[in-house]
Amino acid sequence: MSRPARHRGLVAGALVAIAALVVSSCGAGGRPEDGEGGGGGGASDVGVTADTVKVGAHFPLTGVAAPGYSEIPTGAKAYFEYVNANGGVHGRTIEYVFRDDAYNPTNTSQVTNELVLQDEIFAMVGGLGTPTHSAVLDFLNGEGVPDLFVSSGSLLWDQPEQNPMTFGWQPDYEVEGKIIGQYVKQNMPDAKVGLFLQDDDFGEDGEKGARAYIDDQIVAAERYAPGNTDIGPQIAALQAAGAEVIIGFNVPSYTALSQLTALRLNYKPQWIYSNVGSDPALVGALLSRFSEGKVTDASLIDGAITTEYLPGVEESDDPWTRLWQKVWDAHGGEGKLTNYRIYGMSQAYTFVQALQAAGPEPTREGIVEALERVGGELRGPAFVPYRYSADSHAGLSGVKVVRISGDGTKDLGPVQVTDNGDADITEHTEKHAPPPPDGIPDVQPVG
Amino acid sequence: MRALVHRVLPSSVLLRHVLAVLAALVVVVLVLETTSQFRNSQFATMSYYAIAAVGLTVLTGLNGQISLGHGALMAVGAYTTALLLADGAVPFPLAMLAATAVTALVGVVVGAAAARLHGPYLAGATLALAVGVPGLAIYFDGLLGGEQGLRVSSPRPPDWLDDALYFLTANDLTGAKYLAYLGWGTLLLVLLLLANLMAGRYGRVWRAVRDDEVAAELAGLRLGRLRVLAFVVSAACAGLAGSVLAMVVRLAAPSGFTIVLSLSLLTAVVVGGLGSLTGALLGSALLVFLPPAVTNVGTSAGLTGVQAAQLAPFVYGVVLVVVMLVAPGGVMGLVRSWRRRGLRQGGSR
Amino acid sequence: MQQFLNVTLGGLAQGAIYAAFALALVLIWRATRIINFAQGAMAMFTTYLALVLIESGQSYWTGFAVALAGGLVLGALVERVVMRPVEGGPELNAVIVTLGLFVALQALAAILFGATFQSFPAPFGLRGFTVGGTTIAFTPFSVFVIGSVVVVMLGLVALFRFTDLGLRMRASAFSQEVARLLGVRVGRMLTLGWAFAAVVGSLAGLLIAGGNLVHPAYMDAVIVYGFVAAVLGGLESPAGAVAGGLIIGLALSYVSGYLGSELVTLAALAILVAVLLVRPHGLFSRVAERRV
Repeated sequence: MSRPARHRGLVAGALVAIAALVVSSCGAGGRPEDGEGGGGGGASDVGVTADTVKVGAHFPLTGVAAPGYSEIPTGAKAYFEYVNANGGVHGRTIEYVFRDDAYNPTNTSQVTNELVLQDEIFAMVGGLGTPTHSAVLDFLNGEGVPDLFVSSGSLLWDQPEQNPMTFGWQPDYEVEGKIIGQYVKQNMPDAKVGLFLQDDDFGEDGEKGARAYIDDQIVAAERYAPGNTDIGPQIAALQAAGAEVIIGFNVPSYTALSQLTALRLNYKPQWIYSNVGSDPALVGALLSRFSEGKVTDASLIDGAITTEYLPGVEESDDPWTRLWQKVWDAHGGEGKLTNYRIYGMSQAYTFVQALQAAGPEPTREGIVEALERVGGELRGPAFVPYRYSADSHAGLSGVKVVRISGDGTKDLGPVQVTDNGDADITEHTEKHAPPPPDGIPDVQPVG
Repeated sequence: MRALVHRVLPSSVLLRHVLAVLAALVVVVLVLETTSQFRNSQFATMSYYAIAAVGLTVLTGLNGQISLGHGALMAVGAYTTALLLADGAVPFPLAMLAATAVTALVGVVVGAAAARLHGPYLAGATLALAVGVPGLAIYFDGLLGGEQGLRVSSPRPPDWLDDALYFLTANDLTGAKYLAYLGWGTLLLVLLLLANLMAGRYGRVWRAVRDDEVAAELAGLRLGRLRVLAFVVSAACAGLAGSVLAMVVRLAAPSGFTIVLSLSLLTAVVVGGLGSLTGALLGSALLVFLPPAVTNVGTSAGLTGVQAAQLAPFVYGVVLVVVMLVAPGGVMGLVRSWRRRGLRQGGSR
Repeated sequence: MQQFLNVTLGGLAQGAIYAAFALALVLIWRATRIINFAQGAMAMFTTYLALVLIESGQSYWTGFAVALAGGLVLGALVERVVMRPVEGGPELNAVIVTLGLFVALQALAAILFGATFQSFPAPFGLRGFTVGGTTIAFTPFSVFVIGSVVVVMLGLVALFRFTDLGLRMRASAFSQEVARLLGVRVGRMLTLGWAFAAVVGSLAGLLIAGGNLVHPAYMDAVIVYGFVAAVLGGLESPAGAVAGGLIIGLALSYVSGYLGSELVTLAALAILVAVLLVRPHGLFSRVAERRV
């Protein structure tokens, strides 16, 4: 009896495939082109209605990359809700949808399809990760979706010719590497330097920047594969090479791991961590637990050098941090204000500026044009200006070098700005302005 | 009922399969033309999962070899495609063929090693394969792009096809829809080939090897060679699936081929119903459609975005456990037992 | 020289952890012929139990004990509720159930405890010993890790070799029918096997967590290498699991230290394939070569 059944297998298979197709297509709704995209009167582009603007993003909310990064969209959401509660932008409230890609580019491509084709977002704001976001770069630019403020310091986002809709946001890793390199050159000219690098573009670009200044001082460059948590061999190699200063281009969890591993080896170089990896509050909290236990010296991370471009949660007197605290208390969910959440809020703030600049009837092209025209003049939570112009979609232009001390940081030098390649490093003398009294930017429409 | 089926359908197995595939093709066109672009893109995603899953069902369901490493084979196909499409000189169908061939070749090597191993030892070796192969992309980062991966320029619909479909359906051919057509066209072709293979001599001997190795060997079957062949067929499907994946996702990167992918394929095959092509299709549909559906249910039930996202894997895990407890034969096992019960009650025997 | 020493000692400490995890897999394999992919997730869950207690002001050892007890209960519960129905069925079904548990438990932990990094204290010092003026990568906590693994291994060997209970467990695993005829309560033995294995798994979870960062997916890397270690050792023998763990730990440490950390996963593959091609049932198996 099983023979004919087997022969019918394919017929049945085809029927089930059909059924699956039909059933799952139910509820899909009409095609977006025929949908009510233009309804609501006064709407000017996809995702914009008379009283709302919808934006979206992809973040790792589950899986290995979720710790930390999953807090960024909660910060952005809190700030958008704060703006909405205060009247929105040009009378429109901002709807913010973020979806999980588990830091897997295959998923990123799926959720971006969902955001663009199903949710019909006006723009992507703050999509996170280099491999993940580069999977949707062509798609977003092909569909003409503004792809603003990618949460990654890769150089890929600054290609206005090829990717006219994409804009970076944070200082790219090369710029940061250059400023750190120059600092070491000027202040520790005789030190042997070791590099501790994540084995991807983050480590690569950072190394390039640092080598531009201290190539002759570098005695070893050790790379760790993200996901491999046993970094004992790498730290041991740096120790064996006699490195007195270690510059780390790594993520925060590896900052904690590198500290613990060095502790095991009783290895005490001067640590310099890139901004991505430092987050003094987070790393400090992670490492303090060990000191409650059997590790004696209070804060392992104390005395390490890092860079900053935003006032962090530990600078509770800064007017920007006070604003973020107020926003988080009123509109945040569970948990405390963290630097990840401040990062998300700062991106959200920048988007509100861009949306204001795009005028009362924003279009996708309009917001890109507005950023190219006035983006370089926008001032906000960051110490430094953006590099946005018609020829550049690169984000923030610099950082300042600081030393971690107690729960906060101490400036080791002025705020410095530069650009990729041979551009000189210069001091940024403009005073960092506090936020507007109501906490909402007021950018005049362009044109 | 069965008599009727037999009277209406032609007696040749091949012809019947061809007819079924043609019928399915019509339905695919109808469905893709009437659903939204987003659904089209989901179907494109489902197509590459399904191509790999039907290949895996040949290996695991028919031949009884477990593989936790098919994600790595998909990576081989995806990277081959990415490299060939890089400078635009190679037309994409050729790249797909090459990806299939290269992965089949890798399948010969892996299959030869795998033929010597059984049960958990094979599982362990293929698991190590799934974790190890993406490491190659990072080691040879000059050629393979490292952690960032290789961007793939996915094919654009040719004008004549756009015109033809517009003529037929009055719909424009969007990029998402074109990729869905590409994926499903490939899938249907693979289904046709595999269905014939499974109904034929090789299907019989593979099942014989799975069910009783000693008896099969006594009957004069050369087990080693048969095992390797099953692995090669299955690897070729995985390579083709990887090729489609690269074009749909527009990227081949190590983080896209984690162990999660390999394990997802295995769950798709078993939950759908081991050994059944239909089951593999159902399992792939579950992979693609369940998580976003759960997330959306969670969001509309008032959960925050983060909570709703965490709900999706939780529900997926629970579904896996429940299906195995309620229906040990997978969904297709359930369907079969219903059908049998229906026949008995209807008294048609 | 010092680097070589440190890489070796680091590899040993890491290997002990893989060994602990492999021991748990071997226990379940011996009891029920199932590879438990949920092992890591179960261990993660009980480690979080300990963390919650420690955070609420309890001592490390209270948390430690509760986590092990939690493992015992969780293991028994999992066997009784979800594994019992699929035992003796197609072997893949059991694999899928454990995979489902793995996914669900990990997601549940993220929902309950939050998807953030948290630090987990260690009961002993994390500073390397000083020998003749230089510090080596061997800490009091490493001593504790290796000591625990040796004790567990000896305990298991003793259990299976010298006790009546161990004999009954082995009999149930060897042939359920025969064991039942001999008056062994097979069901209870299977539950016990899972419960013991989960305790060992929980111990591995605690040892990995100690002086390190935990998050819902922190066991993922260990699952793969622990499984590779168990397979390398032959799945049947506790001593094989420990040997497999140490081999993998040392080899990966050398590869990472001298060739580059991006080659670690490839090295694990190469070692496993090389060993299995020579000995298809692992290094320590006494099973005769299958004829086919």
